[in-house]
Amino acid sequence: MLDVKAGDDASFDLLLQKYRTPLVNFLYRMVRDTATAEDLAQEVFLRVYRARKQYSPSAKFTTWLFRIATNLALNSMRDNRHHQKDVSIDAPSSPDEDAAPMQLPAPEMRIDEHMIERDRADFIRGVIAALPEKQRVAVLLHKYEEMDYGEIARILDCSESALKSLLFRAYETLRVQLAPLVSTSARRAGKEAQHEM
Amino acid sequence: MKCEDVSKELIPYLDRRASSADRHEVEEHLAACAGCRTRAEELRTLWSVLDEVPIVQPSLGFDARMRARIAEEPHARWYRWFVPQPRLAMAMALLLLVSVWMSRLPQDNSPLPGTAQSEQQQFQVIKNLDVLENYDVLSKFDALDEVPADQQAAPVDQMNNQPQQDDGG
Repeated sequence: MLDVKAGDDASFDLLLQKYRTPLVNFLYRMVRDTATAEDLAQEVFLRVYRARKQYSPSAKFTTWLFRIATNLALNSMRDNRHHQKDVSIDAPSSPDEDAAPMQLPAPEMRIDEHMIERDRADFIRGVIAALPEKQRVAVLLHKYEEMDYGEIARILDCSESALKSLLFRAYETLRVQLAPLVSTSARRAGKEAQHEM
Repeated sequence: MKCEDVSKELIPYLDRRASSADRHEVEEHLAACAGCRTRAEELRTLWSVLDEVPIVQPSLGFDARMRARIAEEPHARWYRWFVPQPRLAMAMALLLLVSVWMSRLPQDNSPLPGTAQSEQQQFQVIKNLDVLENYDVLSKFDALDEVPADQQAAPVDQMNNQPQQDDGG
């Protein structure tokens, strides 16, 4: 980043190559729409480029990068929520689902049947997306970006102790919400262990 | 360590980032508490479930679009050194405005402390102006001969400074 600050555009290309995939993934898991995630990632890089002269290496570059990304994603989600208030129940829930109207699972449908209809990974994404904003950011940065507690705490502007409590609450919610998947995975792991013996 | 205390340290324990002291305490508690032990095992399984979410690759045109947007950004030019920063320009403009405003304020004509006596003398002259302006009275005023020369000079000087209205008549 210091080379970018010095005016080296080739170094900006290196930054782009290194961080575009984690950034797009983080933003996709936040907003659950690939086009919006890419637009937001471009906006993040553009802001980094514009602010390159003011960059000081006092904080880690990734902390700065993901802080910008978090703020942009949260603003986008809040804007989107305002728009979605006017959307009818039959309207598509996201541009990815243009073809099919929004479908609510029937109350009598078992969770595993629902998972057959929808992709398992998409179900997991949905449960993560249902977490409160701060918990969701904390889980994504902790689980998928493997950031340390200090860095996540700086991005979320909270203490490390508060972050640990936040993460515990978030993972507890996920454990309960994803209980069917957790139990099947546990059974599968148990069987594999028996086979190895 | 109680179950509530473990909850805070359970995540750092499971991701192996807890300090050795905390780790030891959590392990001791898990050995004694079946509920927390089950929860810890389920959280560990949850993490493997969360890994099932595939990684999304950015679209092929991502880099090209990014470079195009960067190219649209204004680049630094040599003459920018001479263009003042917005804050500095604002401060300079404000300073200029204040100085123009100050220069247009009416001047303060209040008397200085040393001028009080001369004002009193001027008042005396104005009071006797009718007499002083009348040249006939002054020329026939014999009492003026008895006034010492230095005291006599002041009224005469004052009189000389007055417009010579009688000269034409």
